[in-house]
Amino acid sequence: MGSMALFSDLSFFICLGLACIPAIILGVMEKPLRYYGFAVSLIFVFLSMGHNVPALIFLGIFLAWEYIEARVYLIVRQKIGRNGRLYWLFLILSILPLCLNKYLPKTSEGFSVFGFLGISYMTFKSAQVIIQIYDGQIKKVGLFPYLYMDVFFPVITSGPIDRSERFKEDCYKVLPKPEYLNLAGNGVEKILQGMVYKIVFAAIFWDLLQKYGMGESVGGYIIYMYLYGLYLFFDFAGYSLMAVGASYIFGIVTPDNFNKPYLALDIKDFWDRWHITLSHWFRDFVFSRVTMDLMRTRKFKSHLVIASIAFFINMGVMGLWHGTAVYYILYGLYHGALLSLTEVWQKKSAFYKNHKNNKAFQVLEWAVTLHLVLFGFLIFSGHLFGVA
Amino acid sequence: MGLFGKKKTENNEKVSAAPAAGAVDIRTAILESLANICEDEVVKEDPDINIVEEGLIDSLGYIELLMQIEEKTGVVIAPAEYTREEMDTPNKIIAIVEAKAKA
Repeated sequence: MGSMALFSDLSFFICLGLACIPAIILGVMEKPLRYYGFAVSLIFVFLSMGHNVPALIFLGIFLAWEYIEARVYLIVRQKIGRNGRLYWLFLILSILPLCLNKYLPKTSEGFSVFGFLGISYMTFKSAQVIIQIYDGQIKKVGLFPYLYMDVFFPVITSGPIDRSERFKEDCYKVLPKPEYLNLAGNGVEKILQGMVYKIVFAAIFWDLLQKYGMGESVGGYIIYMYLYGLYLFFDFAGYSLMAVGASYIFGIVTPDNFNKPYLALDIKDFWDRWHITLSHWFRDFVFSRVTMDLMRTRKFKSHLVIASIAFFINMGVMGLWHGTAVYYILYGLYHGALLSLTEVWQKKSAFYKNHKNNKAFQVLEWAVTLHLVLFGFLIFSGHLFGVA
Repeated sequence: MGLFGKKKTENNEKVSAAPAAGAVDIRTAILESLANICEDEVVKEDPDINIVEEGLIDSLGYIELLMQIEEKTGVVIAPAEYTREEMDTPNKIIAIVEAKAKA
């Protein structure tokens, strides 16, 4: 009891199927889904973490901490206005649990501070709330929608990362029956598609990887690179499709995470297609803010210089968020470099400007981008460092 | 609250209420900034031109615009507050800023 792997174990899929039946009935009867969805989410929390009591306790502390923080900051913001120092204080407090979790060493029994499923993703949402309170866009934080947003079971494991106000809107909306049936139908389709991706294709490529990709020669690494890229896509996109599909059945139109990423023409396009909710979160809450702050200092006249610095910081943080291993940081910096170089190339190169609509050039662009991306995943896998 | 008095915006910051004669004309200020950032006077001549489609502005240009809007008019718009579609012509941008300034 209590260590179910969501979207992986057979027991999960059986429970999901059963849980969807009342959801569909409620949806068809045009009744609100949020209370049932919240109850189901709590059940999955217990099913997935119940065996690990410290995890449950940490989850409770985390939720209380973040919610109280949001309420307090709301008052502070209303009374004092846009004070930079207080903003940074509250923002740092909101990511503190995740930092403690990632950077404090594990004890010998494997106990880690704030070690519970979903902390990495819940932190995004809590931080986003603080940021948008500062912006003035969030003026109210209700207990129920806040908690529901964090424990909403389809996205606990690995996202997609929704936005608090968008989620709240969906959560309180009751769809008319034909719309709900359409949504739920799409949801079922996505779940099935996701299952094929993850359970069939990802598994196949993982097997091939273990069989043929472990060679220590250059050839071996190249094979690993291609197979790992395929495995990673089908595994992650498959999970994301299932998460989105399950969300639909519970009335939440969670945004998609993947859009044919291996068809990207350039690295900027790639980040609009791969782990989209993460990339857009970083764009809206890190990249754009770093850029604006740099512009305000007036130290850099060139937009290209500002963009490059911002890309490095943005992607560096993204790499760090994955973990403290050196290959995660390298992965982040690698993409920071790619984005900066792409920006310079696209803005400065006459060759690019003259040929960018040329079909043959686009094929070349696509091929180069694809391999740059796959090499990035090779770094990310840790394989080059003997880890995987 | 007199013509030259101080008034609080929705962000609780004190912004001087500008005198009517030399009022910070939002329209002029924004068009000036846009012409500067897009490096093209066409935004003044055709304020319904789609600056995104015409490739006149990119993401950094938008950030610069938001910064200049804040500096010139005191209106604060956060980077993710509006979608690209909601701010893709000079007139749309002016309308948004004017609405926020009144609030």
